Parts: sequence; C-alpha cells; structure tokens
Amino acid sequence: MLVIQRDLVDRMVAHARRDHPDEACGVIAGPEGSDRPERMVEMVNAERSPTFYRFDSGEQLRVWREMDAADEEPVVIYHSHTATEAYPSRTDISYASEPYAHYVLVSTRDPNSYELRSYRIVDGVVTEEPVDVVESYMFAHTGGDDVPDGE
Amino acid sequence: MAVNVSIPTILRSYTGGQKSVEASGSTVAEVINDIDSRNGGIKDRLVKEDGLHRFVNVYVNDEDVRFVGGLEASVADGDSVTILPAVAGGMR
Repeated sequence: MLVIQRDLVDRMVAHARRDHPDEACGVIAGPEGSDRPERMVEMVNAERSPTFYRFDSGEQLRVWREMDAADEEPVVIYHSHTATEAYPSRTDISYASEPYAHYVLVSTRDPNSYELRSYRIVDGVVTEEPVDVVESYMFAHTGGDDVPDGE
Repeated sequence: MAVNVSIPTILRSYTGGQKSVEASGSTVAEVINDIDSRNGGIKDRLVKEDGLHRFVNVYVNDEDVRFVGGLEASVADGDSVTILPAVAGGMR
C-alpha cells in the first residue's frame, strides 16, 4: 500500500495537467527505509513527448546524489499517461528498476477528472496496490516511525 | 588506476549489498570487466552486444558516458563512476 499526503497527490496531478499533452514525470524522495514520500522533485521529460518519457540523465544524476547525501531514496516514481489509462505499459515495465519504489501513474486523458494508481514493479511483475491518501503522516498508521524499537 | 564505482540498489545483489566498489581500468569497458571479474554476472546487466544497455546510465564523474564515447570513454585514477537505472517509459 502507498500512503501519501494529499498535497503531494495534488502536486503530481497539477504537474501532469500542466505538461499535458506531453507526459510528465518526477520523483518523491523519502528517508531511507521509511517508505514515506516527502520531497517531490518534478523532473524534465527529456523526450517532451505525449507517448514517452525519460528522465534527463544529467538532472537524474544530480537528484540521485542529493538523495544519497540526505540518506533518502526514491519512494515514488511517477509519470503521466495522457491518452490512456493509468496502467504500466510494456515499456514502463521493462524500464522499472527501483525495487523499493512505488510506481505511480496519473492519467490525464479525461480533462474533468484524473485517475491515479500505484504499482510495485519487480523483475517485470506488476502488482497494483491500494493508495491511501492522508492529510498528514502524523496520524497515519504506517512507516518506520510506527515500528517499535527492537532491543 | 583505481576508481570508485557506485552501484544502484537493483544491482547490489551482485556486490554483496555494497553501495560502491573499487575497480581499475582506463576505459568504462575495462572498469566494467574488472567489476565483473569479482562480481560475476553484473556485466550482462550493463552491456549488450558491445554497447551500453539502454536501461542503465553510466557516468564518469558528472558526465553521462553516452555523450563521451560510451564504453570507450576514458577513466582516470581517482575518477568516480556512477551507475544508475535509466528512468523511462511510455504509453505503449
């Protein structure tokens, strides 16, 4: 299950709408091992295409280094589909290689409503998961903070 | 020619969980061969038919090697080599 704050969902959808009809993409970093998305980074779609996206490799290196230096990892990797449903395509699956990331897809094909779904993609196997949108992580029962300290 | 090579999460099963390894070589290809000699199998995840696999990005310091000669890009003593999974996809 992906537990995510509403403001981050709103920002992903806003990014996807803004770049429509091109695909939008980005990452939400969180503390290593927390499974809690916190810091959203809108990435450039180097392809600037309605059917394909690719992180700019130079920008990706900078962002991944920032995460490394801050003991963060990519908790969410998101992109939009602008004419099809929010389900991973064959290309999405073949590229998916962050085993701990939630792959979030936002579909903007309907101008009046959006579809946002989340998946784990490991070794080419797609597993959809529920998305729990919370107002604040403080009261959500999830994440590393809820695990009692083992002695 | 010692260089530090940073390994992405997905490939750490080849390096006993280590985030980075030391390697030697004067080109990216030599560095990859050297890592593969101690972490067998990792090369197949990086290189295909003598070219870099499209699913990975390899950098020497800040430079994506695709723009500086690919596998023949030169590596100097003290350089850092970073391997990242390419993040890409599309509607098909």
